[in-house]
Amino acid sequence: MAGDKLSRVSVATRQETWVGRAVPRLEDEALLRGEGQFMDDLAPIPNAGHAAILRSQLAHARITRLDASRALAAPGVAGVLTGQDVRAMSRPFPVGVEGARPYYAAAGEVARYAGEPLAVVVAKNRYLAEDALELIEVDYEPLEPVLDARVGEVVSERAFSYGDPAAAFAAADLVVRQRFRFPRWSCTPVECYGVVADWNGATGSLTAWANFQGPFTLHSVAAGALGLRGSKLRLITPPDSGGSFGIKATVYVYVVLLGLASRKLGIPVRWTEDRLEHLAGSATATARETEVEAAFAADGELLALCYDAIDDVGAYLRAPEPATTYRMHGSLSGAYRVRNVAARNRVVLTNRCPSGLNRGFGGPQLYFPLERTMAIAAGRLGLDPAELVRRNLVGADEFPYRTPSGGLYDSGDYEGALDEALELSRYAERREEQHHARAEGRLFGIGLAIVVEPSISNMGYITLAQTPEERAQTLPKSGNAEGATIAVSPLGGITVRIGTTPQGQGHATVCAQVAADALGVEPDDVEVLTSVDTSTSAWTVASGNYSSRFSGVGAGAVHLAAQKLAAKLRAIAAHELGVEAHEVELREGKAWAGEASVSLRRLAGLAHWNPDALPPGVEPGLVENAFYAAPNLAPPDAQDRVASSAAHGFIADVAVVEVDRETGQVVVLDYTTVHDAGRLLNPLLVEGQVRGGFAHGVGPALFERVEHDEDGNLLTGSFMDYLCPTAPDLPPLTIGHRETPSPFTALGAKGLGEGNTMSVPAAIANAVADALGIDELELPLTPPRVWELLGR
Amino acid sequence: MKPAPFRYERPETLGEAVSVLREYGEDAKVLAGGQSLVPLLNMRMARPAVLVDINRVVGLDNSEIEKGTRRIGALVRQSAAQDISPLVRSCLPYVGHFATRNRGTVGGSIAHADASAELPLALLVSGGAVVAASSRGRREIAASEFFVTHFTTVLEPDELVVETIWPETGGGVAFEELAQRRGDYALCMAAAVVRDGELRVGIGSVVDRPTLLGVDPDRPGASAAEQVEPYDGLHASAEYLRHLVRVLVDRAVAVARARAA
Repeated sequence: MAGDKLSRVSVATRQETWVGRAVPRLEDEALLRGEGQFMDDLAPIPNAGHAAILRSQLAHARITRLDASRALAAPGVAGVLTGQDVRAMSRPFPVGVEGARPYYAAAGEVARYAGEPLAVVVAKNRYLAEDALELIEVDYEPLEPVLDARVGEVVSERAFSYGDPAAAFAAADLVVRQRFRFPRWSCTPVECYGVVADWNGATGSLTAWANFQGPFTLHSVAAGALGLRGSKLRLITPPDSGGSFGIKATVYVYVVLLGLASRKLGIPVRWTEDRLEHLAGSATATARETEVEAAFAADGELLALCYDAIDDVGAYLRAPEPATTYRMHGSLSGAYRVRNVAARNRVVLTNRCPSGLNRGFGGPQLYFPLERTMAIAAGRLGLDPAELVRRNLVGADEFPYRTPSGGLYDSGDYEGALDEALELSRYAERREEQHHARAEGRLFGIGLAIVVEPSISNMGYITLAQTPEERAQTLPKSGNAEGATIAVSPLGGITVRIGTTPQGQGHATVCAQVAADALGVEPDDVEVLTSVDTSTSAWTVASGNYSSRFSGVGAGAVHLAAQKLAAKLRAIAAHELGVEAHEVELREGKAWAGEASVSLRRLAGLAHWNPDALPPGVEPGLVENAFYAAPNLAPPDAQDRVASSAAHGFIADVAVVEVDRETGQVVVLDYTTVHDAGRLLNPLLVEGQVRGGFAHGVGPALFERVEHDEDGNLLTGSFMDYLCPTAPDLPPLTIGHRETPSPFTALGAKGLGEGNTMSVPAAIANAVADALGIDELELPLTPPRVWELLGR
Repeated sequence: MKPAPFRYERPETLGEAVSVLREYGEDAKVLAGGQSLVPLLNMRMARPAVLVDINRVVGLDNSEIEKGTRRIGALVRQSAAQDISPLVRSCLPYVGHFATRNRGTVGGSIAHADASAELPLALLVSGGAVVAASSRGRREIAASEFFVTHFTTVLEPDELVVETIWPETGGGVAFEELAQRRGDYALCMAAAVVRDGELRVGIGSVVDRPTLLGVDPDRPGASAAEQVEPYDGLHASAEYLRHLVRVLVDRAVAVARARAA
């Protein structure tokens, strides 16, 4: 954007490796030519019927009659699947909390949110299917909807205490108590959900193509609902996906729904979700209300933090929920040294669309209250907010740092990054400017947000929803692993296959860089297959594209697989060149021993065409699988401590705003973000991720919210009313980087695509609160809302 | 989001177009740029039996200028409309987005009569008019008579907007709008023309049609706000919208006066 400064990478570019360089995206040529292979570009099976889905018009109602006879008689209709069929043909989706309300792919007798599927019509094309949909007669008996989370059914409640919060509060000089609400908001990818489902009666198996993003734990959830052992549910993802940001995890529900339609009707079924369905019925982020109590000493030391949180997960607790509640558990203390932390978590049901993955996932909901609390405390202590933060940051010499709730922060220099953010944003000058602006009666504010950005989730953190005693009764869950396959063809061509289901991030480019480094070739020499097939890919439950895990474990798995293959190539080359394997170096497409070399093509030829000539003990063929597991991710311990993520980046943000006193409009004059995400694998992709995460954070800060009326009808059901910021709505952004490598990932990289989604709502809210001189405000900060705050 | 079935007609002359409209009357809907109509069709909120696509009708994209008055053919795209007048030039950046302005037409926006559309307000404040044709002939309708209420005009079902007439406003003009995002439907908009000390002010969005207001020149915004009765909506309260009328009218008048000076 005009006026932006370019990203700064404060380390020397590593010329000796492809990793670390701003290699242009290998994906882009196909995308720019219109040759991407998205869900709707695939025609994997002929003669599929097209589905349209009838959805509940009411938020809570008994379905007293559902008569599809007129629809069945309509032109081109192949058949109808009803909610009653779904009940008869499938089981409730498994979920990580005992006794939760059963959740099926469609409503049976009772619909529990406006937009819940009631029936599926399959016809010759989507037009005819939608025509027939209108002919289905439904009688509703309205029931009272629950929309206030504070009176919703509590499906999970747990309390945690670390250190001695009570003693800390007793000794405090200042206690800040404040209630915060983080709004429901969403991901709005350009491409919505898409599924093609093909039931095979002979084998009793389902093959489904879907733009699913993982985690592949949800493959097991879908298979469980269908009553199939995993090998009978073959799930295939398209090579390209038009964005997800979390929301396409939940397409698994429709894999089951359309799979059942295919099974009932005996034909393959295709469904492409439209925008209205997406906004009404896919998923949204979890809305959270938090009461914070924070104890401070007079010098600003944060002594204790207590959270009392209510998470509104909508009409059903749907896997992987209540993960939003626990994703940040190891980071309850944020970037601060505080040792006394308590939390009470209640997960409640309301009559809204069930929640799901959304960029930041639990982070925005944590950092908005935490960082607002720090700003409020600074005001009351008479300290500059930056100074209060500085006095509490975990020190550069304290890593790896174990948080009170069990998080293990791998590396960082938080104070150094804070200093850089203050310098880049000209913080001191801006404070001067604020002084003058105020003297002129202008509403000028500066806000900070300090975020520890976790990446690579521990698959075991979700079991914090169980008590330690309950956990002891079940098999432990832990870790986060990813697989990759690398192969060399008989002519020396290199193919990498990954399980990280990229949704536009550029995984293929990075994987090509990683493989090129290991094999001594160029990234252009490497083909990367991004399509996952659960029957043929090297994958595990943790596979997929979430918790910013790609740069850590995704690229890590490719690195390991490529290293294995490189070792084999060196062994074969050593035999050819008459040297020891450790003397062989791979570069420029050849294996070298001193001045002598043999080409990769010749080595591949040997392994494929002439296995007789291979050295003793070396298998023919050139295919390697490898799995990389992030270390230090044990299951939660008996004291409910958990290392909920493997790597932790750091972000320091400064927002500068001016509020129009007459209209209440917030203008973000400039926004500075400094990241430390360890080693940057590709600075070009990094910039894309930071800008995307920033835009997604500006959404709930200033524009986006999912809103219902008092009857539970969705008011933000189209892009006319659900306001995602577009390019001209985004403030100017200045990005800085520091690189403190992670000791816990294969390449030293940490995730960085979610952090600004966590930080931006807090930073902008702090800036607006600073401008207005108030403590209480609610997101998004729309002009009418800010005008109300101005006292009209 | 697929439209209900409809018959598709694509006349190539004005005679054919009005004869199709005479044949189908209220069952027909005219398709010009389609930037409002096609989403309505896809959401099945509009269900015409016949869609009359006028994009190939010869002669509807002409523009003429006569003694400062511009006659703009109904099919002139919004992106080509900036030379109509300084007021239109001021309002166009608020009309949708770059891509929609390339397709959306001036005549279509006027005929669609969305109360929160900019071009109808600009036409009204310019003292412009609409030329409608039917198999019965042509008539000219003053903008002040044309707009009835939300999405409703005095057009008969067999009439087609063929031209809009934009007299030269002269003096100083201004167009002020507040929308939550660039290109959104406005929460409130105000247009002002100041010429020879005369003040003409119109508002949109907070009313059911573009509306001219008689305002007190000493307190234009406040006197305008006293004349409107906005409703509470999803995005803003009635009180806020009334307040915006005051702010935006004051701003528009101030800018128009400065430009007139």
